[in-house]
Amino acid sequence: MDILRFITAGSVDDGKSTLIGRLLYDSKSILIDQLEAIEKQTKNREDGEIDLALLTDGLRAEREQGITIDVAYKYFSTPKRKFIIADAPGHIQYTRNMVTGASNANLAIILVDARNGVAEQTRRHSIITSLLGIKHVVVAINKMDLVNYSQDVYNNIVIDYTQVAKTLGLKDIKYIPISALNGDNIVDRSDKYPWYKGDSLLHYLETIEIHNDINLTDARFPVQYVIRPQTEELHDYRGYAGKITSGIYKKGDEVIVQPAGIESIIYKIEIAGKEVEEAFAPQSVVLHLADDIDISRGDIIVQKNNQPKIENEIEVLMCWMDSKPFIKGNKYLLQLNSRVVRTVIKEIEYKLDVNSLEKIYEFDKVGLNDIVKATIKTASALPFDSYKDLPNNGGAILIDETSLVTVGACMLQ
Amino acid sequence: MEKYQLDYLQQLESEAIHIFREVAGQFERPALLFSGGKDSIVLVHLALKAFRPGKFPFPLMHIDTGHNFQEALDFRDALAEKIDEKLIVRKVEDTIKSKQLTELKGKFASRNALQTYTLLDAIEEFEFDCCIGGARRDEEKARAKERIFSVRDEFGQWNPKLQRPELWNTYNGKIHKGENVRVFPISNWTELDVWNYIRREKIDLPSIYFAHDREVLEWEGQLVATSKFIQLDSSDKVSVKKVRYRTVGDMTCTAAVESNAQTLDEVINEIIITKTSERGETRIDDKVSEAAMEDRKKSGYF
Repeated sequence: MDILRFITAGSVDDGKSTLIGRLLYDSKSILIDQLEAIEKQTKNREDGEIDLALLTDGLRAEREQGITIDVAYKYFSTPKRKFIIADAPGHIQYTRNMVTGASNANLAIILVDARNGVAEQTRRHSIITSLLGIKHVVVAINKMDLVNYSQDVYNNIVIDYTQVAKTLGLKDIKYIPISALNGDNIVDRSDKYPWYKGDSLLHYLETIEIHNDINLTDARFPVQYVIRPQTEELHDYRGYAGKITSGIYKKGDEVIVQPAGIESIIYKIEIAGKEVEEAFAPQSVVLHLADDIDISRGDIIVQKNNQPKIENEIEVLMCWMDSKPFIKGNKYLLQLNSRVVRTVIKEIEYKLDVNSLEKIYEFDKVGLNDIVKATIKTASALPFDSYKDLPNNGGAILIDETSLVTVGACMLQ
Repeated sequence: MEKYQLDYLQQLESEAIHIFREVAGQFERPALLFSGGKDSIVLVHLALKAFRPGKFPFPLMHIDTGHNFQEALDFRDALAEKIDEKLIVRKVEDTIKSKQLTELKGKFASRNALQTYTLLDAIEEFEFDCCIGGARRDEEKARAKERIFSVRDEFGQWNPKLQRPELWNTYNGKIHKGENVRVFPISNWTELDVWNYIRREKIDLPSIYFAHDREVLEWEGQLVATSKFIQLDSSDKVSVKKVRYRTVGDMTCTAAVESNAQTLDEVINEIIITKTSERGETRIDDKVSEAAMEDRKKSGYF
């Protein structure tokens, strides 16, 4: 049993909350008291049906306004998998929330309203899915009950979306016709679609292969913390604690500590105090090196024969997440895993239209939810990888030096 | 299991250890909130995995309402001694006296809300910049929206609309003086994940998590242990029942469930077939209003 993390992209109108409510309800992850609470709220409604969407609207502020203001995480399990849903609102003004939810997702469910087909927001959600490098996509064609379960409607959407996916380079795409409201094709195959021979949504989520998505080739180990007991019996103990973000480390490996470029050899690997011969991503471990060298938080230990880039002028694709504008010439802190460096924005090349992929070269300012291509300069050389090759060592956040708030998500190029 | 593959509990464990080490790397004076309840016991277990053979880079701290189960308190003290880590205890009783706080009245007069005052005082006293807690997102709707690194202002308040975006596995713990970060390493665990992990790792728990005889009051379908903190009326139905606890909070606001489960396997089986959520079944304090937790978090509660 492993974990699948997925994001659901779509707006309330597409039936997104209903879909999530349906997954939780039909997989029996909703318990009686939670259902009672929902029923209590539903009583005030005219139709009297249980509103599954209420399961995902967490805060009173949201319930009052009937909107979702932030990313909510929901959990359910089947005997095959544990699932973590990042539920992010789909309106254009919430690009930042979708980017946030997408950053940890193995898979994106993109909801398409069967009546509307591939719409502007479908493209926007797909562009973000592609930017964030999500490897698997499910296009859930919802509200099939409202188009008489028409195969033609389904086929036309598949044709249209195939074109979108091709432009964006999205590869692993599964199309599933559903009705979230009625529960068709969610947990079990529905007999209303004799022409559809594929999996139900849940069966697909349970069985899709994701283990190969973990990069076990390019070993990266950002040091988080140095363990030094400094007691009498452990006088010489000096362990580098961190999580392997990709690759495999073995005892005896020749390694280099970057950005200093110091070579050494791994002489011991520990997991939770037990010595092991090798360790792999995403394990949290303690590495010991043969040489007594000065290593601290923010350094990265890599294999001698497989190096990251080490540069101080870096091109980034960035989603701006703050209400203050993003300003050329401003200084920010850039945090990549455990390393934090000061950085200055040298150039803003273009703004990306998230609905059309068009590059806009003339613009007044960069504001909340904008995605831009920029060049940044870091105060010291940064060991990193291109986000599209190795996202775990290429996704960094920008922090405002004065407000200390996270203001941008950078995909290093 | 295939080679180079972690199962879900190993993945959750590694994620939690990573979060603990981010706390150690980013903060000057963190503390681990430890009550002797199962979630905070799991936190201690994870911290041992994150930092041994070194010492914890933080003390354990308990905000004692004075209404706790003795079994949990004894367990708390014994565990801190066994692992040889510092335990700080601050009592709500003392805050009530020194600050002349007004206690709630009534049958189940809870000190839950008053805990916040003692917690904030302790944060100020020790200048803690970070408190690690065992909250999980599956517990409650408001928690489902909270970050793993949750920044609080100097009144301890959570502002759900102004949360920092949290991307990848990168945590921004930078704060101004007076602010404080609450960190939740087991955010992504469910109740069942916690129990399965306790079973796999053979983690000891206080005895009240297993079936035992206890005198309880039946109140609106819930079983509340009789104690000096609860006012009994002549009409109250009191009896001895075989019960266990699913969560351990104050005696005034935590209900027991009827159970014969003596072992972890039996407890887990009961949880799998239960039809009520953890907080719904055993927390009286969340039922007050639909947004009870949201309101308490906004005013500085965990």
